[in-house]
Amino acid sequence: MATVVEGAAAPGRTPLFRHGEALPARRLATPMWLRAAAYWGYQYKRTWRSSIVTSFLIPVLYLAAMGIALGSLIDKHSHGVDGVTYVAYLAPGLLAGTCMQIGTNDATYPVMGGFKWMRTYHAQLAAPLSVYDVLLGHLAWIAARLSIVVTIYLAVMAAFGVVYSPWAVLALPAAVLTGIAFAAPVSAFAATQDKDSAFSTLYRFAIIPMFLFSGTFFPISQLPSWLQLLAYVTPLYHGVALCRDLTLGLVGWADLGHAAYLCGLAAIGYAAGRRTFSRRLVV
Amino acid sequence: MVEAHGLVKRFGEFVAVDHVDFTIHKGESFGFLGPNGAGKTSTMRMISCISPLSGGTLRVLGLDPATNGPRIRARMGLVPQEDSLDTELTVLDNLMIYGRYFDLPRKVIRERAEQLMEFAQLRERAHSRVDPLSGGMKRRLTIARALISDPDLLILDEPTTGLDPQARHLLWDRLYRLKQDGVTLVITTHYMDEAEQLCDRLVVMDKGRFAAEGTPRQLIEAFSTKEVVELRFAPGQHEELAPSLADLAERQEVLPDRILLYTDDGDAALAEVARMGHVARSTLVRRSTLEDVFLRLTGRTLVD
Repeated sequence: MATVVEGAAAPGRTPLFRHGEALPARRLATPMWLRAAAYWGYQYKRTWRSSIVTSFLIPVLYLAAMGIALGSLIDKHSHGVDGVTYVAYLAPGLLAGTCMQIGTNDATYPVMGGFKWMRTYHAQLAAPLSVYDVLLGHLAWIAARLSIVVTIYLAVMAAFGVVYSPWAVLALPAAVLTGIAFAAPVSAFAATQDKDSAFSTLYRFAIIPMFLFSGTFFPISQLPSWLQLLAYVTPLYHGVALCRDLTLGLVGWADLGHAAYLCGLAAIGYAAGRRTFSRRLVV
Repeated sequence: MVEAHGLVKRFGEFVAVDHVDFTIHKGESFGFLGPNGAGKTSTMRMISCISPLSGGTLRVLGLDPATNGPRIRARMGLVPQEDSLDTELTVLDNLMIYGRYFDLPRKVIRERAEQLMEFAQLRERAHSRVDPLSGGMKRRLTIARALISDPDLLILDEPTTGLDPQARHLLWDRLYRLKQDGVTLVITTHYMDEAEQLCDRLVVMDKGRFAAEGTPRQLIEAFSTKEVVELRFAPGQHEELAPSLADLAERQEVLPDRILLYTDDGDAALAEVARMGHVARSTLVRRSTLEDVFLRLTGRTLVD
Protein backbone atom coordinates (compact mmCIF):
# COMPACT_ATOMS: atom_id res chain seq x y z
CA MET A 1 0.00 0.00 0.00
CA ALA A 2 2.78 2.42 0.94
CA THR A 3 4.49 1.94 -2.42
CA VAL A 4 1.31 2.73 -4.32
CA VAL A 5 0.83 6.00 -2.48
CA GLU A 6 4.45 6.95 -3.04
CA GLY A 7 4.15 6.06 -6.69
CA ALA A 8 1.22 8.40 -7.02
CA ALA A 9 3.24 11.31 -5.68
CA ALA A 10 6.42 10.40 -7.51
CA PRO A 11 8.50 13.27 -8.91
CA GLY A 12 8.05 14.14 -12.57
CA ARG A 13 4.27 14.11 -12.34
CA THR A 14 2.23 17.23 -12.93
CA PRO A 15 0.93 18.38 -9.56
CA LEU A 16 -2.78 18.94 -9.31
CA PHE A 17 -3.77 22.59 -9.06
CA ARG A 18 -4.07 23.87 -5.51
CA HIS A 19 -7.49 24.42 -4.07
CA GLY A 20 -8.57 28.04 -4.09
CA GLU A 21 -6.32 29.06 -6.97
CA ALA A 22 -7.33 32.49 -8.26
CA LEU A 23 -8.93 32.69 -11.69
CA PRO A 24 -8.65 35.54 -14.17
CA ALA A 25 -11.67 37.81 -13.73
CA ARG A 26 -14.45 37.41 -16.29
CA ARG A 27 -16.41 40.35 -17.48
CA LEU A 28 -19.70 38.66 -18.25
CA ALA A 29 -21.07 35.35 -17.13
CA THR A 30 -22.29 33.10 -19.94
CA PRO A 31 -26.04 32.49 -19.59
CA MET A 32 -26.74 29.07 -18.12
CA TRP A 33 -28.84 27.88 -21.08
CA LEU A 34 -26.00 28.74 -23.44
CA ARG A 35 -23.67 26.55 -21.42
CA ALA A 36 -26.12 23.68 -21.85
CA ALA A 37 -26.36 24.39 -25.58
CA ALA A 38 -22.54 24.30 -25.79
CA TYR A 39 -22.66 20.64 -24.78
CA TRP A 40 -24.69 19.75 -27.87
CA GLY A 41 -22.19 21.72 -29.90
CA TYR A 42 -19.45 19.40 -28.61
CA GLN A 43 -21.55 16.46 -29.65
CA TYR A 44 -22.01 17.98 -33.10
CA LYS A 45 -18.25 18.20 -33.54
CA ARG A 46 -18.32 14.46 -34.08
CA THR A 47 -21.06 14.42 -36.67
CA TRP A 48 -21.07 17.80 -38.38
CA ARG A 49 -19.43 16.64 -41.59
CA SER A 50 -21.96 13.95 -42.35
CA SER A 51 -24.74 16.20 -41.12
CA ILE A 52 -23.77 19.01 -43.48
CA VAL A 53 -23.41 16.65 -46.43
CA THR A 54 -26.82 15.15 -45.70
CA SER A 55 -28.50 18.52 -45.36
CA PHE A 56 -27.00 19.54 -48.70
CA LEU A 57 -27.65 16.30 -50.58
CA ILE A 58 -31.24 15.71 -49.52
CA PRO A 59 -32.65 18.93 -50.97
CA VAL A 60 -30.56 18.57 -54.13
CA LEU A 61 -31.84 15.05 -54.70
CA TYR A 62 -35.44 15.92 -53.91
CA LEU A 63 -35.47 19.05 -56.00
CA ALA A 64 -33.81 17.28 -58.92
CA ALA A 65 -36.02 14.20 -58.86
CA MET A 66 -39.38 15.58 -57.82
CA GLY A 67 -39.03 19.22 -58.65
CA ILE A 68 -37.40 19.00 -62.06
CA ALA A 69 -38.22 15.53 -63.36
CA LEU A 70 -41.71 15.07 -61.99
CA GLY A 71 -42.22 18.83 -62.14
CA SER A 72 -41.68 19.04 -65.89
CA LEU A 73 -44.51 16.54 -66.32
CA ILE A 74 -46.78 18.52 -64.05
CA ASP A 75 -45.86 21.84 -65.62
CA LYS A 76 -46.53 20.45 -69.11
CA HIS A 77 -50.00 19.21 -68.24
CA SER A 78 -51.29 21.85 -65.89
CA HIS A 79 -49.01 24.87 -66.29
CA GLY A 80 -47.43 24.59 -62.82
CA VAL A 81 -49.16 24.85 -59.48
CA ASP A 82 -50.84 28.02 -58.22
CA GLY A 83 -49.21 29.93 -61.06
CA VAL A 84 -45.57 28.91 -60.43
CA THR A 85 -43.48 26.00 -61.66
CA TYR A 86 -43.78 22.82 -59.61
CA VAL A 87 -40.18 22.97 -58.42
CA ALA A 88 -40.71 26.50 -57.08
CA TYR A 89 -43.91 25.35 -55.42
CA LEU A 90 -42.36 22.23 -53.92
CA ALA A 91 -39.05 23.63 -52.62
CA PRO A 92 -40.41 25.72 -49.71
CA GLY A 93 -42.79 22.90 -48.79
CA LEU A 94 -39.88 20.48 -48.54
CA LEU A 95 -37.95 23.06 -46.54
CA ALA A 96 -40.68 23.24 -43.90
CA GLY A 97 -41.15 19.47 -43.97
CA THR A 98 -37.44 18.88 -43.45
CA CYS A 99 -37.44 21.25 -40.49
CA MET A 100 -40.35 19.36 -38.99
CA GLN A 101 -38.43 16.11 -39.27
CA ILE A 102 -35.20 17.50 -37.83
CA GLY A 103 -37.06 19.20 -35.00
CA THR A 104 -38.90 16.00 -34.16
CA ASN A 105 -35.84 13.78 -34.50
CA ASP A 106 -33.67 15.93 -32.29
CA ALA A 107 -36.38 16.09 -29.64
CA THR A 108 -37.02 12.36 -29.38
CA TYR A 109 -34.00 10.06 -29.09
CA PRO A 110 -31.48 12.68 -27.89
CA VAL A 111 -33.93 13.82 -25.21
CA MET A 112 -34.48 10.27 -24.01
CA GLY A 113 -30.71 9.78 -24.06
CA GLY A 114 -30.36 12.87 -21.87
CA PHE A 115 -32.52 11.20 -19.24
CA LYS A 116 -31.61 7.56 -19.62
CA TRP A 117 -28.72 6.56 -21.83
CA MET A 118 -26.13 9.30 -21.73
CA ARG A 119 -27.69 10.95 -18.68
CA THR A 120 -26.55 14.31 -20.02
CA TYR A 121 -29.30 16.17 -18.22
CA HIS A 122 -28.24 14.64 -14.93
CA ALA A 123 -24.66 15.70 -15.54
CA GLN A 124 -25.81 19.24 -16.33
CA LEU A 125 -27.90 19.36 -13.18
CA ALA A 126 -24.89 18.39 -11.10
CA ALA A 127 -23.25 21.54 -12.47
CA PRO A 128 -24.86 24.92 -11.69
CA LEU A 129 -27.58 24.54 -14.35
CA SER A 130 -31.28 24.35 -13.52
CA VAL A 131 -33.91 22.17 -15.15
CA TYR A 132 -35.14 25.10 -17.24
CA ASP A 133 -31.60 25.83 -18.47
CA VAL A 134 -31.23 22.21 -19.49
CA LEU A 135 -34.42 22.33 -21.57
CA LEU A 136 -33.89 25.77 -23.04
CA GLY A 137 -30.28 24.93 -23.88
CA HIS A 138 -31.32 21.85 -25.78
CA LEU A 139 -34.02 23.72 -27.73
CA ALA A 140 -31.56 26.53 -28.46
CA TRP A 141 -29.17 24.00 -29.88
CA ILE A 142 -31.88 22.48 -32.06
CA ALA A 143 -32.62 25.98 -33.35
CA ALA A 144 -28.93 26.51 -34.09
CA ARG A 145 -28.68 23.25 -35.98
CA LEU A 146 -31.86 24.04 -37.91
CA SER A 147 -30.37 27.40 -38.90
CA ILE A 148 -27.36 25.68 -40.43
CA VAL A 149 -29.51 23.26 -42.39
CA VAL A 150 -31.97 25.93 -43.54
CA THR A 151 -29.17 28.22 -44.71
CA ILE A 152 -27.75 25.48 -46.89
CA TYR A 153 -31.21 24.58 -48.13
CA LEU A 154 -32.00 28.15 -49.11
CA ALA A 155 -28.68 28.39 -50.93
CA VAL A 156 -29.53 25.25 -52.90
CA MET A 157 -32.96 26.72 -53.70
CA ALA A 158 -31.33 29.90 -54.95
CA ALA A 159 -29.05 27.80 -57.15
CA PHE A 160 -32.12 26.08 -58.60
CA GLY A 161 -33.52 29.54 -59.31
CA VAL A 162 -36.66 29.06 -57.24
CA VAL A 163 -36.17 31.95 -54.82
CA TYR A 164 -38.46 34.62 -56.26
CA SER A 165 -38.32 37.39 -53.71
CA PRO A 166 -36.09 39.14 -51.15
CA TRP A 167 -38.70 38.10 -48.58
CA ALA A 168 -36.97 34.73 -48.77
CA VAL A 169 -34.46 36.02 -46.23
CA LEU A 170 -37.25 35.69 -43.69
CA ALA A 171 -37.78 32.08 -44.70
CA LEU A 172 -34.73 31.31 -42.56
CA PRO A 173 -36.38 32.26 -39.24
CA ALA A 174 -39.72 30.95 -40.50
CA ALA A 175 -38.34 27.51 -41.25
CA VAL A 176 -36.41 27.39 -37.95
CA LEU A 177 -39.61 28.38 -36.17
CA THR A 178 -41.41 25.52 -37.89
CA GLY A 179 -38.81 23.09 -36.59
CA ILE A 180 -39.03 24.46 -33.04
CA ALA A 181 -42.83 24.34 -33.13
CA PHE A 182 -42.31 20.58 -33.34
CA ALA A 183 -39.19 20.22 -31.18
CA ALA A 184 -40.68 21.98 -28.15
CA PRO A 185 -43.86 19.91 -27.72
CA VAL A 186 -42.15 16.69 -28.82
CA SER A 187 -39.38 17.09 -26.23
CA ALA A 188 -42.05 17.74 -23.59
CA PHE A 189 -43.66 14.48 -24.67
CA ALA A 190 -40.35 12.59 -24.80
CA ALA A 191 -39.72 13.52 -21.16
CA THR A 192 -42.81 11.57 -20.15
CA GLN A 193 -41.70 8.40 -21.91
CA ASP A 194 -39.70 5.60 -20.39
CA LYS A 195 -39.22 3.62 -23.60
CA ASP A 196 -38.57 4.82 -27.11
CA SER A 197 -41.38 2.76 -28.67
CA ALA A 198 -43.78 5.70 -28.66
CA PHE A 199 -41.47 7.60 -31.00
CA SER A 200 -42.03 5.28 -33.94
CA THR A 201 -45.78 5.56 -33.35
CA LEU A 202 -45.42 9.32 -33.39
CA TYR A 203 -43.64 9.08 -36.71
CA ARG A 204 -46.05 6.64 -38.28
CA PHE A 205 -49.27 8.34 -37.29
CA ALA A 206 -48.36 12.01 -37.05
CA ILE A 207 -45.14 13.06 -38.72
CA ILE A 208 -45.30 11.08 -41.98
CA PRO A 209 -49.00 11.75 -42.69
CA MET A 210 -48.40 15.43 -41.99
CA PHE A 211 -45.42 15.45 -44.31
CA LEU A 212 -47.56 14.04 -47.11
CA PHE A 213 -50.86 15.85 -46.63
CA SER A 214 -50.12 19.33 -45.29
CA GLY A 215 -49.63 21.10 -48.58
CA THR A 216 -46.02 20.07 -48.95
CA PHE A 217 -46.38 18.31 -52.32
CA PHE A 218 -49.75 19.61 -53.54
CA PRO A 219 -52.28 22.24 -52.50
CA ILE A 220 -54.64 21.00 -49.81
CA SER A 221 -57.52 22.12 -52.01
CA GLN A 222 -56.94 18.76 -53.75
CA LEU A 223 -58.07 16.97 -50.60
CA PRO A 224 -61.67 16.10 -49.70
CA SER A 225 -63.11 18.90 -47.60
CA TRP A 226 -62.97 17.07 -44.25
CA LEU A 227 -59.29 16.30 -44.80
CA GLN A 228 -58.70 19.89 -45.81
CA LEU A 229 -59.99 20.95 -42.44
CA LEU A 230 -57.69 18.47 -40.72
CA ALA A 231 -54.70 19.63 -42.78
CA TYR A 232 -55.52 23.19 -41.92
CA VAL A 233 -55.04 22.65 -38.18
CA THR A 234 -51.70 20.85 -38.50
CA PRO A 235 -48.66 22.93 -37.63
CA LEU A 236 -46.86 21.80 -40.76
CA TYR A 237 -49.53 23.35 -42.98
CA HIS A 238 -48.79 26.75 -41.43
CA GLY A 239 -45.02 26.23 -41.67
CA VAL A 240 -45.31 25.28 -45.34
CA ALA A 241 -47.65 28.17 -46.17
CA LEU A 242 -45.39 30.67 -44.43
CA CYS A 243 -42.18 29.47 -46.07
CA ARG A 244 -43.87 29.30 -49.47
CA ASP A 245 -45.28 32.81 -49.28
CA LEU A 246 -41.85 34.12 -48.34
CA THR A 247 -39.80 32.41 -51.07
CA LEU A 248 -42.41 33.15 -53.73
CA GLY A 249 -42.91 36.73 -52.51
CA LEU A 250 -46.66 36.30 -51.98
CA VAL A 251 -46.62 37.77 -48.49
CA GLY A 252 -49.96 38.72 -46.95
CA TRP A 253 -51.66 39.20 -43.60
CA ALA A 254 -52.36 35.49 -43.39
CA ASP A 255 -48.64 34.94 -42.87
CA LEU A 256 -48.78 36.77 -39.57
CA GLY A 257 -51.43 34.26 -38.57
CA HIS A 258 -49.24 31.34 -39.63
CA ALA A 259 -46.28 32.75 -37.67
CA ALA A 260 -48.46 33.37 -34.62
CA TYR A 261 -49.77 29.80 -34.75
CA LEU A 262 -46.21 28.40 -34.84
CA CYS A 263 -44.98 30.74 -32.08
CA GLY A 264 -47.94 29.73 -29.94
CA LEU A 265 -47.23 26.05 -30.42
CA ALA A 266 -43.55 26.51 -29.58
CA ALA A 267 -44.48 28.48 -26.45
CA ILE A 268 -47.03 25.91 -25.29
CA GLY A 269 -44.52 23.14 -25.98
CA TYR A 270 -41.84 24.92 -23.97
CA ALA A 271 -44.21 25.50 -21.05
CA ALA A 272 -45.21 21.83 -21.11
CA GLY A 273 -41.54 20.84 -21.32
CA ARG A 274 -40.75 22.84 -18.20
CA ARG A 275 -43.33 20.76 -16.38
CA THR A 276 -42.42 17.35 -17.76
CA PHE A 277 -38.67 17.91 -17.43
CA SER A 278 -39.11 19.03 -13.81
CA ARG A 279 -41.27 16.05 -13.04
CA ARG A 280 -38.67 13.75 -14.49
CA LEU A 281 -35.53 15.33 -13.07
CA VAL A 282 -36.52 16.83 -9.71
CA VAL A 283 -37.36 13.87 -7.50
CA MET B 1 -20.72 23.94 5.37
CA VAL B 2 -23.81 21.78 5.65
CA GLU B 3 -26.42 21.97 8.36
CA ALA B 4 -29.53 19.79 8.47
CA HIS B 5 -32.34 19.69 10.98
CA GLY B 6 -35.15 17.19 10.91
CA LEU B 7 -34.36 16.32 7.31
CA VAL B 8 -37.02 14.14 5.65
CA LYS B 9 -37.29 12.61 2.19
CA ARG B 10 -40.41 10.77 1.16
CA PHE B 11 -41.22 8.97 -2.07
CA GLY B 12 -44.98 8.54 -1.86
CA GLU B 13 -45.59 6.44 1.24
CA PHE B 14 -41.98 5.36 1.54
CA VAL B 15 -39.81 7.37 3.93
CA ALA B 16 -36.24 7.25 2.62
CA VAL B 17 -34.78 9.73 5.10
CA ASP B 18 -36.54 10.04 8.41
CA HIS B 19 -35.83 13.16 10.46
CA VAL B 20 -32.06 13.29 10.61
CA ASP B 21 -29.88 16.08 12.00
CA PHE B 22 -26.26 16.66 11.16
CA THR B 23 -23.67 19.38 10.77
CA ILE B 24 -20.66 19.14 8.51
CA HIS B 25 -17.83 21.59 9.23
CA LYS B 26 -15.43 23.25 6.85
CA GLY B 27 -12.40 21.16 5.96
CA GLU B 28 -13.90 18.06 7.47
CA SER B 29 -14.40 14.74 5.82
CA PHE B 30 -17.78 13.35 6.71
CA GLY B 31 -19.02 9.88 5.90
CA PHE B 32 -22.42 8.32 5.50
CA LEU B 33 -22.26 4.58 6.01
CA GLY B 34 -25.11 2.20 5.62
CA PRO B 35 -26.43 -0.78 3.74
CA ASN B 36 -28.15 -0.35 0.38
CA GLY B 37 -31.45 1.47 0.74
CA ALA B 38 -30.50 3.10 4.03
CA GLY B 39 -31.12 6.60 2.66
CA LYS B 40 -27.54 7.64 1.96
CA THR B 41 -28.03 8.59 -1.66
CA SER B 42 -31.28 10.42 -0.95
CA THR B 43 -29.44 12.47 1.66
CA MET B 44 -26.62 13.18 -0.81
CA ARG B 45 -29.07 14.27 -3.46
CA MET B 46 -30.69 16.70 -1.07
CA ILE B 47 -27.30 18.14 -0.08
CA SER B 48 -26.41 18.56 -3.75
CA CYS B 49 -29.64 20.51 -4.27
CA ILE B 50 -30.90 18.07 -6.88
CA SER B 51 -33.66 16.57 -4.82
CA PRO B 52 -36.10 18.81 -2.92
CA LEU B 53 -36.68 18.17 0.79
CA SER B 54 -39.91 16.60 1.97
CA GLY B 55 -39.43 18.17 5.40
CA GLY B 56 -36.98 19.81 7.77
CA THR B 57 -34.42 22.49 7.03
CA LEU B 58 -31.14 22.36 5.18
CA ARG B 59 -28.41 24.94 4.63
CA VAL B 60 -25.54 24.23 2.28
CA LEU B 61 -22.60 26.66 2.15
CA GLY B 62 -24.81 28.98 4.18
CA LEU B 63 -27.53 29.03 1.51
CA ASP B 64 -30.97 27.49 1.10
CA PRO B 65 -30.92 24.75 -1.58
CA ALA B 66 -34.54 25.40 -2.53
CA THR B 67 -33.78 28.92 -3.78
CA ASN B 68 -30.01 28.87 -4.40
CA GLY B 69 -29.40 25.49 -6.02
CA PRO B 70 -27.30 26.75 -8.93
CA ARG B 71 -25.26 29.09 -6.71
CA ILE B 72 -24.49 26.27 -4.33
CA ARG B 73 -23.65 23.82 -7.07
CA ALA B 74 -21.26 26.32 -8.61
CA ARG B 75 -19.03 25.71 -5.57
CA MET B 76 -19.67 22.01 -5.34
CA GLY B 77 -18.24 18.95 -7.05
CA LEU B 78 -20.56 16.01 -7.40
CA VAL B 79 -19.60 12.40 -8.05
CA PRO B 80 -22.93 10.63 -8.50
CA GLN B 81 -23.34 6.95 -7.90
CA GLU B 82 -24.28 6.36 -11.53
CA ASP B 83 -21.81 7.75 -14.05
CA SER B 84 -23.20 10.42 -16.34
CA LEU B 85 -20.34 10.70 -18.80
CA ASP B 86 -20.89 11.25 -22.48
CA THR B 87 -19.65 7.94 -23.81
CA GLU B 88 -19.45 9.16 -27.41
CA LEU B 89 -17.16 12.07 -26.60
CA THR B 90 -13.47 11.80 -25.77
CA VAL B 91 -12.05 11.88 -22.27
CA LEU B 92 -10.72 15.39 -22.84
CA ASP B 93 -14.02 16.67 -24.27
CA ASN B 94 -15.89 15.33 -21.27
CA LEU B 95 -13.67 17.44 -19.03
CA MET B 96 -13.82 20.46 -21.33
CA ILE B 97 -17.59 20.53 -21.57
CA TYR B 98 -17.98 20.11 -17.83
CA GLY B 99 -15.68 23.08 -17.27
CA ARG B 100 -17.89 25.05 -19.65
CA TYR B 101 -20.91 24.34 -17.46
CA PHE B 102 -19.07 26.23 -14.73
CA ASP B 103 -18.19 28.99 -17.19
CA LEU B 104 -14.46 28.67 -16.56
CA PRO B 105 -12.16 30.34 -19.07
CA ARG B 106 -11.16 27.87 -21.78
CA LYS B 107 -7.47 28.20 -20.98
CA VAL B 108 -8.06 27.34 -17.34
CA ILE B 109 -10.19 24.33 -18.26
CA ARG B 110 -7.51 23.14 -20.63
CA GLU B 111 -4.76 23.36 -17.98
CA ARG B 112 -6.84 21.74 -15.32
CA ALA B 113 -8.00 19.00 -17.69
CA GLU B 114 -4.36 18.11 -18.37
CA GLN B 115 -3.61 17.91 -14.65
CA LEU B 116 -6.76 16.01 -13.89
CA MET B 117 -6.10 13.45 -16.61
CA GLU B 118 -2.69 12.95 -15.02
CA PHE B 119 -4.38 12.65 -11.65
CA ALA B 120 -6.83 10.07 -12.95
CA GLN B 121 -4.11 8.34 -14.99
CA LEU B 122 -6.03 8.87 -18.18
CA ARG B 123 -3.57 11.02 -20.07
CA GLU B 124 -2.86 8.31 -22.66
CA ARG B 125 -6.58 8.04 -23.28
CA ALA B 126 -7.18 11.78 -23.63
CA HIS B 127 -8.40 11.48 -27.20
CA SER B 128 -10.15 8.16 -27.03
CA ARG B 129 -13.88 7.88 -26.65
CA VAL B 130 -15.23 7.08 -23.20
CA ASP B 131 -17.32 4.14 -24.35
CA PRO B 132 -14.56 1.49 -24.53
CA LEU B 133 -12.88 2.52 -21.25
CA SER B 134 -13.02 0.15 -18.30
CA GLY B 135 -15.42 0.74 -15.42
CA GLY B 136 -12.57 1.92 -13.21
CA MET B 137 -11.37 4.42 -15.81
CA LYS B 138 -14.86 5.84 -16.20
CA ARG B 139 -15.14 6.18 -12.45
CA ARG B 140 -11.81 8.01 -12.29
CA LEU B 141 -12.95 10.30 -15.07
CA THR B 142 -16.18 11.07 -13.23
CA ILE B 143 -14.15 12.02 -10.17
CA ALA B 144 -11.70 14.09 -12.20
CA ARG B 145 -14.62 15.87 -13.83
CA ALA B 146 -16.11 16.79 -10.46
CA LEU B 147 -12.81 18.45 -9.54
CA ILE B 148 -12.56 20.68 -12.60
CA SER B 149 -14.39 23.55 -10.93
CA ASP B 150 -12.07 23.38 -7.90
CA PRO B 151 -15.03 22.89 -5.54
CA ASP B 152 -15.13 23.90 -1.88
CA LEU B 153 -17.39 20.97 -1.16
CA LEU B 154 -16.89 17.62 -2.82
CA ILE B 155 -19.68 15.08 -2.65
CA LEU B 156 -18.77 11.49 -3.44
CA ASP B 157 -21.49 8.88 -3.64
CA GLU B 158 -19.73 5.53 -3.41
CA PRO B 159 -16.63 6.85 -5.15
CA THR B 160 -14.57 3.67 -5.27
CA THR B 161 -17.21 1.06 -6.05
CA GLY B 162 -15.82 -0.90 -8.98
CA LEU B 163 -12.24 0.35 -8.63
CA ASP B 164 -9.30 -1.98 -8.20
CA PRO B 165 -7.14 -1.70 -5.05
CA GLN B 166 -4.44 0.37 -6.76
CA ALA B 167 -6.93 2.91 -7.97
CA ARG B 168 -8.66 3.06 -4.61
CA HIS B 169 -5.44 3.81 -2.75
CA LEU B 170 -4.49 6.38 -5.34
CA LEU B 171 -7.84 8.05 -4.93
CA TRP B 172 -7.67 8.01 -1.15
CA ASP B 173 -4.28 9.68 -1.34
CA ARG B 174 -5.69 12.40 -3.62
CA LEU B 175 -8.75 12.94 -1.49
CA TYR B 176 -6.59 13.20 1.59
CA ARG B 177 -4.56 15.88 -0.12
CA LEU B 178 -7.67 17.80 -1.16
CA LYS B 179 -8.80 17.71 2.42
CA GLN B 180 -5.48 19.17 3.53
CA ASP B 181 -6.05 21.99 1.05
CA GLY B 182 -9.28 22.79 2.85
CA VAL B 183 -11.83 21.03 0.66
CA THR B 184 -14.75 19.62 2.60
CA LEU B 185 -15.55 16.03 1.67
CA VAL B 186 -18.85 14.24 2.03
CA ILE B 187 -18.62 10.55 1.26
CA THR B 188 -21.01 7.63 1.18
CA THR B 189 -19.56 4.19 1.16
CA HIS B 190 -20.13 0.67 2.26
CA TYR B 191 -16.44 -0.07 2.40
CA MET B 192 -15.41 0.13 6.01
CA ASP B 193 -11.71 0.44 5.29
CA GLU B 194 -12.52 3.44 3.14
CA ALA B 195 -14.51 5.06 5.92
CA GLU B 196 -11.72 4.39 8.42
CA GLN B 197 -9.12 5.84 6.06
CA LEU B 198 -10.97 8.91 4.98
CA CYS B 199 -13.62 10.03 7.41
CA ASP B 200 -13.00 12.31 10.35
CA ARG B 201 -16.55 11.76 11.40
CA LEU B 202 -19.26 9.49 10.20
CA VAL B 203 -22.81 8.39 10.71
CA VAL B 204 -24.16 4.91 10.29
CA MET B 205 -27.52 5.05 8.54
CA ASP B 206 -30.14 2.36 8.65
CA LYS B 207 -33.72 2.56 7.39
CA GLY B 208 -33.56 6.32 6.96
CA ARG B 209 -32.27 7.09 10.43
CA PHE B 210 -28.87 7.50 12.07
CA ALA B 211 -28.01 4.42 14.08
CA ALA B 212 -24.79 5.99 15.38
CA GLU B 213 -22.59 9.02 14.94
CA GLY B 214 -18.98 9.84 15.82
CA THR B 215 -15.34 9.42 14.83
CA PRO B 216 -14.34 5.92 13.69
CA ARG B 217 -12.54 5.43 17.02
CA GLN B 218 -15.51 6.60 19.09
CA LEU B 219 -17.85 4.28 17.22
CA ILE B 220 -15.61 1.28 17.79
CA GLU B 221 -15.34 2.13 21.47
CA ALA B 222 -19.06 2.65 21.84
CA PHE B 223 -20.34 -0.28 19.84
CA SER B 224 -17.63 -2.90 19.94
CA THR B 225 -14.87 -4.16 22.18
CA LYS B 226 -11.15 -3.53 21.74
CA GLU B 227 -10.53 -6.94 20.26
CA VAL B 228 -12.34 -9.77 18.54
CA VAL B 229 -11.50 -13.45 18.75
CA GLU B 230 -12.51 -15.51 15.72
CA LEU B 231 -12.78 -19.22 16.30
CA ARG B 232 -13.40 -21.88 13.69
CA PHE B 233 -14.36 -25.33 14.83
CA ALA B 234 -15.28 -28.45 12.90
CA PRO B 235 -18.53 -28.05 11.00
CA GLY B 236 -21.61 -28.54 13.18
CA GLN B 237 -19.79 -27.90 16.44
CA HIS B 238 -20.58 -24.21 16.58
CA GLU B 239 -24.12 -24.41 17.98
CA GLU B 240 -23.05 -26.98 20.52
CA LEU B 241 -20.03 -25.07 21.83
CA ALA B 242 -21.49 -21.61 21.77
CA PRO B 243 -23.25 -21.66 25.19
CA SER B 244 -20.09 -22.68 27.00
CA LEU B 245 -18.09 -19.87 25.40
CA ALA B 246 -20.64 -17.14 25.98
CA ASP B 247 -19.25 -16.14 29.36
CA LEU B 248 -15.78 -15.51 27.99
CA ALA B 249 -16.79 -12.40 26.12
CA GLU B 250 -18.88 -9.29 26.48
CA ARG B 251 -20.79 -10.38 23.41
CA GLN B 252 -20.77 -13.45 21.27
CA GLU B 253 -21.87 -13.99 17.72
CA VAL B 254 -22.40 -17.43 16.24
CA LEU B 255 -22.07 -17.60 12.47
CA PRO B 256 -22.28 -20.66 10.25
CA ASP B 257 -18.53 -20.73 9.72
CA ARG B 258 -17.15 -19.23 12.91
CA ILE B 259 -17.81 -17.92 16.40
CA LEU B 260 -16.89 -14.33 17.24
CA LEU B 261 -16.06 -13.34 20.80
CA TYR B 262 -16.04 -9.59 21.48
CA THR B 263 -13.70 -8.86 24.36
CA ASP B 264 -11.16 -6.30 25.49
CA ASP B 265 -8.47 -8.93 25.93
CA GLY B 266 -8.44 -11.39 23.08
CA ASP B 267 -5.40 -13.38 24.15
CA ALA B 268 -6.85 -14.01 27.59
CA ALA B 269 -10.12 -15.21 26.09
CA LEU B 270 -8.25 -17.48 23.69
CA ALA B 271 -6.20 -18.96 26.55
CA GLU B 272 -9.43 -19.61 28.41
CA VAL B 273 -10.89 -21.44 25.41
CA ALA B 274 -7.78 -23.66 25.31
CA ARG B 275 -7.99 -24.28 29.05
CA MET B 276 -11.56 -25.50 28.63
CA GLY B 277 -10.20 -28.12 26.27
CA HIS B 278 -11.87 -26.94 23.06
CA VAL B 279 -9.68 -27.39 20.01
CA ALA B 280 -10.39 -24.90 17.29
CA ARG B 281 -9.33 -25.52 13.72
CA SER B 282 -8.13 -21.98 13.45
CA THR B 283 -8.09 -18.94 15.69
CA LEU B 284 -7.53 -15.28 15.13
CA VAL B 285 -7.25 -12.39 17.56
CA ARG B 286 -7.70 -9.01 15.92
CA ARG B 287 -8.59 -5.41 16.68
CA SER B 288 -12.18 -4.38 16.34
CA THR B 289 -12.93 -2.54 13.11
CA LEU B 290 -15.70 -0.36 11.84
CA GLU B 291 -17.03 -3.40 10.07
CA ASP B 292 -17.87 -4.97 13.43
CA VAL B 293 -19.68 -1.78 14.42
CA PHE B 294 -21.47 -1.64 11.11
CA LEU B 295 -22.68 -5.22 11.21
CA ARG B 296 -23.75 -4.87 14.80
CA LEU B 297 -25.79 -1.77 14.03
CA THR B 298 -27.31 -2.76 10.72
CA GLY B 299 -27.49 -6.53 11.09
CA ARG B 300 -26.11 -9.32 8.98
CA THR B 301 -29.16 -10.00 6.88
CA LEU B 302 -29.12 -8.75 3.32
CA VAL B 303 -31.33 -5.76 2.79
CA ASP B 304 -32.31 -6.25 -0.81
